Amino acid sequence: MASEVKKQLGDNIFLTTLDAAASWARANSLWPMPFATACCGIELMSTAASRHDLSRFGSEVMRFSPRQCDLMIVAGRVAMKMLPVLQRIWMQMPEPKWCISMGACACSGGVFDTYAVVQGIDRFMPVDIYIPGCPPRPEQLIKAIVDLQEKIKSGGTINAREFALRDTAEGPTRFDEDELIRIRELNGLKLDSPKYDPVH
Amino acid sequence: MTLEAPQAGSDVQELLLKTFPAIAQSWSSFQGQQRVIVPASQVLEFLTGCRDTAAFDQLIDLTCVDLLEMPGAVDRFEVVYFLLSVDVGVRLIVKTYLNEPDLTLPSATKVWFGADWLEREVYDMFGIIFEGHPNFKRLLLPEEFVSFPLRKDYPQQGRGERHNFPVITRSQS
Repeated sequence: MASEVKKQLGDNIFLTTLDAAASWARANSLWPMPFATACCGIELMSTAASRHDLSRFGSEVMRFSPRQCDLMIVAGRVAMKMLPVLQRIWMQMPEPKWCISMGACACSGGVFDTYAVVQGIDRFMPVDIYIPGCPPRPEQLIKAIVDLQEKIKSGGTINAREFALRDTAEGPTRFDEDELIRIRELNGLKLDSPKYDPVH
Repeated sequence: MTLEAPQAGSDVQELLLKTFPAIAQSWSSFQGQQRVIVPASQVLEFLTGCRDTAAFDQLIDLTCVDLLEMPGAVDRFEVVYFLLSVDVGVRLIVKTYLNEPDLTLPSATKVWFGADWLEREVYDMFGIIFEGHPNFKRLLLPEEFVSFPLRKDYPQQGRGERHNFPVITRSQS
């Protein structure tokens, strides 16, 4: 019987799990939401344009409605006033969804260590892939999307069980003013005053 | 060009000295710019006089400087008005000084309505209160913000404002 089936159908049947089939489909059809706020957005546009041609990797359909997207690309610095907007847009995106933090500012605040700029979006929302650079080259964004496709294919499930496991905050903890002291002490520097004085 | 500018400026000075003789001591000139320092209590009266008698019909800019720890400075805040007479082509810089705890000035929106957002920005960044402003609230920063970040005693990294947001985990979203 088995040999009869094989003779009839040949190599036209693949045996796999439902999880792997769904993840394969999702990985090759990412719809990015371009949350571009700064110069990283220019590189993001360049990535989608003809020279670098993001559509070679099946994720060129940029949509400006979060309801139609499953990949948020945060490209650029996020001001403190913008963070509630970013979180709201992220919550509006349907499951399954992923997030790429593109560039130094989105990952860590970059050079903008001021009262008005969020020091890394991963302090307040989940991030799957980080891209370093100021701004990153389009090749780096392509690599990040290829890496994300690998991540989806290797760990994805059809009912998004892997997301339910991520129930703790993944970024750095909330800012405490002793953080700078600890960083300095790790580097062998001592401060005169035991408490960090933000004024001086 | 450089010959005409001081001439035009001195005309303005003569015009204004007729109405406000007290400003003669505080009038100064630097690189062709005419500057005058006015006490905070008379600033609205003086600005109205600038518009009506000296034809300063445009408020170019209204800003503030925090002189904390500035060498030689006596007062804390310096509010600066940049005026322009479009017809005559003359500019005038009006300065006034403020100290804590009384950081109130009369609003210049009744003289030039262009002062609307400028005064709100000065309040946003320095905490100067402009009385009589039609819509006095923060312009750039969130309304729940409590500090005035361009003051020199405000730390650059803030006082925790940028960290005061809910954290969304992946299972919640």
